[in-house]
Amino acid sequence: MKNIAAIVGKEMRLYFNAPIVYVLTAVFLMITDFLAYSQIVFYSNMATQMMRFQQDIPEMNVHQIVFRPTFMNMSIILLLMVPLLTMRLISEEKKGRTLELLLTSPVSIIEIVLGKFLSAFSVYLILLAMTLHLPLMLSVFTTVPIKPLISAYLGLAMMGGIFVAFGLFASTLSENQIVSAVTSFGILIGLWLMGGSNAGDGGVEAPITAVFNFMSLVSHLDNMVKGLIATSDIGYFLSLTALGLFLSHRVIESTRWRG
Amino acid sequence: MIEVKQLEKRYGDHVAIRDISFFVDKGEILAFLGPNGAGKTTTMRILAGAIPATRGTAIVAGFDIFDQPLEVKRRMGYLPEHLPLYPDLTVTEYLNFVGKIKGLSGADIKTGLGSALEKCGLADVSKRLIANLSRGYRQRVGLAQALIHNPEVLILDEPTVGLDPKQIIEIRTLIQNLRGEHTIILCTHILPEATAVCQKVVIINKGQIMAVDSQERLSSQMRSSERFSFSIGQNETLIPEKILALDGVLQITPDREHPTTFIVDTKLGSDARSAVAKIIVENGYSLLELKSLTVSLEEVFLHLTTEEAAPAIPNDAPLDEETA
Repeated sequence: MKNIAAIVGKEMRLYFNAPIVYVLTAVFLMITDFLAYSQIVFYSNMATQMMRFQQDIPEMNVHQIVFRPTFMNMSIILLLMVPLLTMRLISEEKKGRTLELLLTSPVSIIEIVLGKFLSAFSVYLILLAMTLHLPLMLSVFTTVPIKPLISAYLGLAMMGGIFVAFGLFASTLSENQIVSAVTSFGILIGLWLMGGSNAGDGGVEAPITAVFNFMSLVSHLDNMVKGLIATSDIGYFLSLTALGLFLSHRVIESTRWRG
Repeated sequence: MIEVKQLEKRYGDHVAIRDISFFVDKGEILAFLGPNGAGKTTTMRILAGAIPATRGTAIVAGFDIFDQPLEVKRRMGYLPEHLPLYPDLTVTEYLNFVGKIKGLSGADIKTGLGSALEKCGLADVSKRLIANLSRGYRQRVGLAQALIHNPEVLILDEPTVGLDPKQIIEIRTLIQNLRGEHTIILCTHILPEATAVCQKVVIINKGQIMAVDSQERLSSQMRSSERFSFSIGQNETLIPEKILALDGVLQITPDREHPTTFIVDTKLGSDARSAVAKIIVENGYSLLELKSLTVSLEEVFLHLTTEEAAPAIPNDAPLDEETA
């Protein structure tokens, strides 16, 4: 536990001593806010029209119209940002020969993996927490439903777990940070697109398509973002995160053996 | 303190080291010598726990490096060949981190940090980023990193590489001061370094141990004859026959650079120095100098690590001189 804390402390210093996190946060917030803004404008137009027709449709609330699409868009931005955050985790240690220091210290590989994961994940959560200004600002003008918002943020946080875990895994594969980043783009975009193949014949889902659809991030994330908390989704997020961490552990262990 | 048993490391078909066994007593400094690519670093990395061995094991500070690696790592400081530094941390931040992962906590980190900074002469640069330090200072940070948890065993892989002569002397003095409280393996291909600080020498070549012994004994084992030199006054010509006639004298050769200096080889165990001195003086020459010559570590090293069996004492090799 103490070792994990030491590694997290060191990683945080490295993150915040360098400009990466600041630049990443700035760019991420700019894009997210722009996307949210267009969604808010759309929502306000809708609202005006609704008022004219005196209709009250339950789906027409700020969560479904503003937050749901914004968060789905945001998750794609995050998919592009997180690999840049995680690419240095192990690659940098390999290149700087500091992995040798960790491996010759009384620290287990599990502690190294968890320390690395938790530090990048904390930065991810900070990034995510920065977006809380959107619901806060909107709550001044309208009622923001709290419960679906909590579900959405929980989903985004757990999705981040997968992103960071696979980013970490990609980072263990190479001592070149660019290679690590590109590898994790590949893995994450692959996870994202996996479910796109549901163009079944006449709407009938072939068993293999069902498997791919289940493996895909999108449907699970969408459930959480629209406010639906299901154990199967949580199980999906947690088990994929665990898989990423497990693979990272195996690769670090095997680099030791390959010397 | 350190007992290495038949270590072997293979990379596929390539055997990096084979049947490496030696031991180091508590408080001793052992020099691990070998030409480039001999397997020094591989052996050190196995001992430090960075890579596992294919076969064999080692007991360090009472713990097996494979069965209880964490216990060993807690008691070991390791300075790798490539310094494991984070350029974006300051010296203090870095050493704090190393202290923590080596298992120190709270007050121990403070004292460990203080003494490491002081021992390695880093107090002045402790607030600076490692990226901005010169090579010599980085080397010291590397050394401080190995010392911070006051380990029983220290493994130093080429600790003076890239340093200027003054820094080399400082680091050597530092290592010598560590003798006694720490057991040290010093990995090097710089022979004067081994001569300067180590009691025991292991010579390795092509992954195999060629010799393990004290430096003196290695030198004496190498000798097939005793050897000494003497010098007579300028403008005097010696008639060597009389000396050659002495009991036990094998040959006498004039030194190429100094025509009035002669090198005498005698049978092992015989000492013809007093007889030679007597002859010189009785024949009216002036005896200016008489010294016994020993085989230097360089020659032992070259002899053991070069392919063709060189003569025990090549006549043109520079010799370490030891005044009789």
